[in-house]
Amino acid sequence: MNKINKDNFKQDAYKYGFVTEIEDEKIPKGLNEDVIKLISSKKNEPEWMLEWRLAAYERLKHMEVPKWARANIADIDFQDLYYYSSPKDFKDKPKSLEEVDPKLLETYEKLGIPLKEQEALAGVAVDAVFDSVSVATTFKEKLNEIGVIFCPISEAIQKHPDLVKKYIGSVIPVTDHFYATLNSAVFSDGSFVYIPKNVKCPMELSTYFRINASETGQFERTLIIADEGSYVSYLEGCTAPMRDENQLHAANVELVALDNAEIKYSTVQNWYPGDEDGKGGIYNFVTKRGLCKGKNSKISWTQIETGSAITWKYPSCILRGDNSTGEFYSVAITNNHQQADTGTKMIHLGKNTKSRIVSKGISAGKSSNTYRGLVNFHRKAENSKNFTQCDSLLVGSNCKANTIPLTENNSNTSSLEHEATTSKISDEQLFYCMQRGLDAEEAQSLIVNGFCKEVLQQLPMEFAVEAQKLVSISLEGSVG
Amino acid sequence: MLEIKNLDVLVEDKQIIKNLNLKIGPGEVHAIMGPNGSGKSTIAHTLAGKPNYLVESGNVDFKNEDLIAKDPYERSLLGLFLAFQYPIELPGVTNASYLKQILNAHRKSRGENPIDAGEFLKILKEKSRNLNIPMEMHSRFVNTGFSGGEKKKNEVLQMDLLDPSLIIMDETDSGLDVDALKSTSEAVNKLRDGKRSFLIITHYLRLLEYIEPNHVHVFGDGTIIESGDKSLASRIDNEGYAVK
Repeated sequence: MNKINKDNFKQDAYKYGFVTEIEDEKIPKGLNEDVIKLISSKKNEPEWMLEWRLAAYERLKHMEVPKWARANIADIDFQDLYYYSSPKDFKDKPKSLEEVDPKLLETYEKLGIPLKEQEALAGVAVDAVFDSVSVATTFKEKLNEIGVIFCPISEAIQKHPDLVKKYIGSVIPVTDHFYATLNSAVFSDGSFVYIPKNVKCPMELSTYFRINASETGQFERTLIIADEGSYVSYLEGCTAPMRDENQLHAANVELVALDNAEIKYSTVQNWYPGDEDGKGGIYNFVTKRGLCKGKNSKISWTQIETGSAITWKYPSCILRGDNSTGEFYSVAITNNHQQADTGTKMIHLGKNTKSRIVSKGISAGKSSNTYRGLVNFHRKAENSKNFTQCDSLLVGSNCKANTIPLTENNSNTSSLEHEATTSKISDEQLFYCMQRGLDAEEAQSLIVNGFCKEVLQQLPMEFAVEAQKLVSISLEGSVG
Repeated sequence: MLEIKNLDVLVEDKQIIKNLNLKIGPGEVHAIMGPNGSGKSTIAHTLAGKPNYLVESGNVDFKNEDLIAKDPYERSLLGLFLAFQYPIELPGVTNASYLKQILNAHRKSRGENPIDAGEFLKILKEKSRNLNIPMEMHSRFVNTGFSGGEKKKNEVLQMDLLDPSLIIMDETDSGLDVDALKSTSEAVNKLRDGKRSFLIITHYLRLLEYIEPNHVHVFGDGTIIESGDKSLASRIDNEGYAVK
């Protein structure tokens, strides 16, 4: 009677688990030079890009798959994957939404991204990436008028080769680690953003990633450059169908902020997490890194991680410019058998650099949730400061939370501050809210959203409400 | 309004309430007094449905419904309000959004639409003024870092907002200085409308000097051992609980 049973789990059906019945065109399975050449030719890439890819592949042959994550990862057969899949008859990207296959538009509508409406309403420009190709980008012309470039990276390689050549791989070296190098060899599509000097981008830019095809990896590549004195706020969202297999998503995201520029990058990650027994789901192995190249520059990462079978990523900042600032705000929620090993790296190279890390991990069910972070002060990073706060919230008694904060301080004048807490949603809190008329799930959702508030309020207004709902949905069924 | 019959309650396998009987009619104010550790707070928690408070036998009728069969939130929606002795902190949840959400839960159960922001603000201002609560308090997190007095005022504000038919006050006077006790009691007295009933649980007489009860019960060894009118409270205050 009246027992609040927090271990009794029923996962609410994943809302985005449908498959779009659309004919796709895949290139043969497997990873080899021919596949890479084929991807490059499908994208009509210039010779230099192909060479860059092949150099990465050459390097990859001598690299090993990293194993150090605090997660059980099934062996991945890299020869048994499709590296490219696109809707059929998609040789030329549609020039306007009118030309886009209605089935694709319908897909995005079902996902809550009505592209046509978005085009009509000001506020958010969307690049929609479906498997390996970008199917639509809205507001391109309007942004063009003020010099903002927002397009698929495949298009940027052709139209803005100088910018791409200069910055691609400048933040995440081609040789960085296995998955980053793999991405460099086989990346298919993603978004490219360039904000010219002294331009404050007037609308939110957003990319929506959708994996649809089976046995296919998604390897997107995003590159954002904020020139001197500019500002941009960018958001990515992700979903995938429910499938029994594990699907690999290995993206590279590079951000470059020049003098006095600011980039705010937000992620709402809702990849399919697998079923309640841990079958299926996305392996989200993503490399995200920002370079505060110029003085007084700022890069801020905000992530709401609710999906994926395994989330393994560390959006990081290299603070090279003097007086530059890096921020990382994270909510990672794991339920059922989900595993997350996520955090950030703040590398302080310049003088008077500042970083701030706020991580909120919520574990429920039989899940495992690890915060792993590195704060490094270089010898020359005088008078630099870091503040780190890691809070873990446990729901039920079968889940795990770990905090692994590493620090390396080679500067006498720099300082670190670290706070960490682990708590459980207390029966007292639930009972208090229920005594005032909220049922068990409403009560839990209120408490969890309170726990995440500091991070949620970093999100652009348009997405904050959605994220709040997502937090509640991810934990639905965790109180009986 | 409320009728408790032959109630036995176990907490962690230990019997705390033994064969309790109590009837509270509409508009009546009952006080239960007793020494520390006598189990009087257990009555409050049992009636509100706190988990792990096991009703082993007996029954409780509230507004002609079987109260014990209901979940805590259903009891709240039915009109039972418990003012906590130690109100719980909800970090990160602003008081205003919390108050709005609990009000809307009650509106929903009555078949009403959620309250609009403007109207809510108007109500909140008016009710806060009655309690001398500054509006600034509502942008802070629920009970988090509140002083003892602020917490208790926030409880009274919630009872005012939710318009319950039975209010149970569990040691509301504890942790209040004389001024705060006075203003809190005045606010509670305003809620006495002749229909709403009260069950006041307290250790001391002083709260009952401000909120005058119709009936006073002395609690000992898990049950009511003596009942009387207001004068019983004064006698207890003079002679102590040991004397019968």
